[in-house]
This record gives sequence, C-alpha cells and structure tokens, in this order.
Amino acid sequence: MTTPVVVTGMGVTAPNGLGTAEYWAATVAGRSGIGPVTRFDAAGYPATLAGEVRGFEAREHLPGRLLPQTDHMTRMALVAADWALADAGITPGTLPEFATGVVTASSAGGFEFGQRELQNLWSKGGEHVSAYQSFAWFYAVNTGQISIRNGLRGPSGVLVTDQAGGLDAVAQARRQIRKGTTAMVSGGVDSSLCPWGWVAQQAGGRLSEGDDPDRAYLPFDRRAGGYVAGEGGAILILEDAEAAHARGAAHCYGEIAGYGATFDPRPGSGRPPQLRRAIELALADAGLTPDDVDVVFADAAADPDRDAAEAAAIAAVFPHGVPVTAPKTMTGRLYSGGAPLDLVAALLCLRDGVIPPTINVDADPLYGLDLVTTARAARVRTALVLARGHHGFNSAVVVRAAP
Amino acid sequence: MPTTVITLDDLKRILREAAGADDSVDLDGDILDTEFVDLGYDSLALLETAVRITREFGIALDDDVALGAQTPRQLLDVINGG
Repeated sequence: MTTPVVVTGMGVTAPNGLGTAEYWAATVAGRSGIGPVTRFDAAGYPATLAGEVRGFEAREHLPGRLLPQTDHMTRMALVAADWALADAGITPGTLPEFATGVVTASSAGGFEFGQRELQNLWSKGGEHVSAYQSFAWFYAVNTGQISIRNGLRGPSGVLVTDQAGGLDAVAQARRQIRKGTTAMVSGGVDSSLCPWGWVAQQAGGRLSEGDDPDRAYLPFDRRAGGYVAGEGGAILILEDAEAAHARGAAHCYGEIAGYGATFDPRPGSGRPPQLRRAIELALADAGLTPDDVDVVFADAAADPDRDAAEAAAIAAVFPHGVPVTAPKTMTGRLYSGGAPLDLVAALLCLRDGVIPPTINVDADPLYGLDLVTTARAARVRTALVLARGHHGFNSAVVVRAAP
Repeated sequence: MPTTVITLDDLKRILREAAGADDSVDLDGDILDTEFVDLGYDSLALLETAVRITREFGIALDDDVALGAQTPRQLLDVINGG
C-alpha cells in the first residue's frame, strides 16, 4: 500500500495572472496574457509575441542579497515557492530540514543572466564575468535556491525534459515522499525571453510567427501554425496525505493519483507515438479507468501533426469522448513551467467545478474532440494533465479530488 | 607599495555591487571587525568582491588571500598591504 500524496499549497507566476487567485480568475474568464514581446526588441525575429509575466518586481518580494546572484526565472521561482509554502501554511524552518526536499523542472536555465555574462566575457574579458554565473545559468539553480532560502535539505533534484519536465518533477517528488520524505516542493518556472533565449527557441522550429495575439496560438484549429512561447509557471507543495492531515494542513487541493511517462520512437521508424501509452500507464497507476476521467488538459502543441497525434491518443483512450481543454492558449507554452500551471488549473477545476476554456480556437471537427472553448460548469472528480517535450518526451498525470 | 588605498567606503560600495545588501544588515554601522558571514556575505560573494577590486583598482588579489579574510579590516589590510 503506497501512501497518497496530496497537493497542499500552490504558487503561480503566469502571464495572465500573478498569484494563484489572479491566474485562476483570468483563466476562467478567458483573459489572455499573450502580447508583443516587451523584454527586448523582437522586431528582427520571426516570432514577436510572447506570454510575459507582467507586474513582477523582484525587489518587492526578495532580499537584496539574492538579486545579484539570480536570473529572472529564479526570482519568479523563489517567489512562487514562498507563495506555495504560505498557501500550505508552512513557515520555513518549522519542518524538519531533512524531511523536506525540492524537485523542480527546467528547460533552459538562467538564459538572460547567461547572455549578459557571455557578453561581458567577449566584450570585456573573463574577469568581468560574475562569480555567480557558476550557478545562476544552471538547470538546477531553482531547486538549489529554493532549498537554500527555505532550509530544505531532503532529497532534491532537477528534471530536464522540456515541457514534460513539469510533470516528471512532480512524479519524482511523489516518489521521494513514498520513500519516506514528509514534504516536497515541486513544479517548475521557466523564462528565457532574451535575445539568446529567443534564438534558441526559434531553432526548435515550432514557434508561431503570427502577430495577432488572438490568432497566433491555435491548437487543434485548422489555422494552427505553431505555439507562442511564454514565461512563468507554478510551484506546488506535495505532502504525504497522513502527514498533511496530522499537521492540520489548510488545503488539500487533490491527490497526485497517477503518472506515466513514455518516449517516442525515432522519426521515420514507422512505430507509433507513445502519448497514448503514457495516458494508459497513468490511469493504471491511479487504479482508474478512462470512464473515471472528467476532463483532459491537453499538451496543445498547435502543430498539425502533433495536434493530430494528441487528438488520436485521446480518442483512442476515450472513445466515448471526454471534455478537453488547453488554458495555455492564454499564456503560451511555458516549457517546464507549463505543466505545473496546468496542474494548478486542474486542481482548481476539481475545487470549483468549472472547466477553464481553450480560447480563440475553432476546433477542427476532424479531430473529434469535445474542446471546451467557453468556461463550462462540470462536476470534476478526476483530471488528466498531458505534457510533451521536444524530441519525444510524453508524460501524463492524473489528479483526483482528495478522499 | 600600492599607490591606491582602498577605504572601507570603497569596500562597502563594492560589496553592495557584487553581492547586494539587505535591510537586515546595517553596512553603514561599525562593521570593520564584524565577520563577513555575519554580514551575510559568503565565500562566493567575497570571490566576486575580490575580482571587482582587481578590475577597478588594478590590485591583483589571490583568491585564497581574499577568502582568508574574515572581516572587512582583515581584507582591507591584505589589499592595502597594512
């Protein structure tokens, strides 16, 4: 018998809302955070739209000592972790330090910080590179800084599987709890909205080149032509259900009930993509059948082939149909931050009985999806969150209302 | 003998630039003999500070020497050859 692992706290920095309440209100109302890039002049690049987190002033939230050593994405991750711990009713320093760990996902690291230091290296010389570059750019930096700031010295790590990483990190956190760790800080926050990061994202070849924020990111639509990139994400507090109950946790948003991860075969192999198998593994892990699932949060790549593959996987597992939504149409794809944000939406969907919409999309009937395009009231007990990463990562997580 | 003498004010400015400062520590108080660790500056902060001093004043500071200083007075003594 494995112990149930539940989510007891959430912290959000999203393009359409800073803080969980703001994000959720905007998401249910269908308010988008996608707009022209303002962080730098993107006019010379093919893609000019992004989901930027607005109104985030790091020095309003963090000590001055942390600012010279942190990238923008780490600052947002630290604040999201602070909010998640506060939401869980956990005061840093009150949990046994070795009984609490941190596992986050990352897909880029501190790109903006790294770009500045590389510019210093080549324009001024090595002695002008910050000593903090040694870790500020690094994939594991959010995990490390969250751990140091809050005195959390339990099992920790970082998962790097692009957009799928946000689910893989939560699954790893659940594994650590099942092995005896009391609580875990997990999730992911990404940002690489600087010229270097932007070029790296263009190189993936899947960014939308549209310049109308309402038409640029249209998953499952005949007009789909790539995704809009964004920044931000969410940090979650996971706990052993009994331990959470024993300490009188303020919230229990739901249980991380199931997880499955697969890897696609190489292109041209003739073998099928493996998203369907990830879903089946997650359902089996949760001890549930497809009939138990009330809503699916789609990966929503907005690429015709990848949309078709995802729609086919969903149709194969749920032949009777199931509501599908992609609230990331309001934020863009946040890389490692995207799936944790979808988990937040899924958990709040359980709490409030409302499925948030996929905005702007006119779903192609060929896909046969019951795509939720305006907020829909529904009794939701179980939700499935999907995420796919570049080069073949597939992950699926089942969340269900706490018993 | 170095021709430039680095003052405590110089050092405080460079510490702030290198590693920031919090409201919880009064750098403008009597800190000459307060240990860096109590001022909130770790070894990496001192490393960054030493590099900045080298850059700005042209005084070569061995990393081990800079990291060996426990207090602003000790670091200034090393820098100024006191």
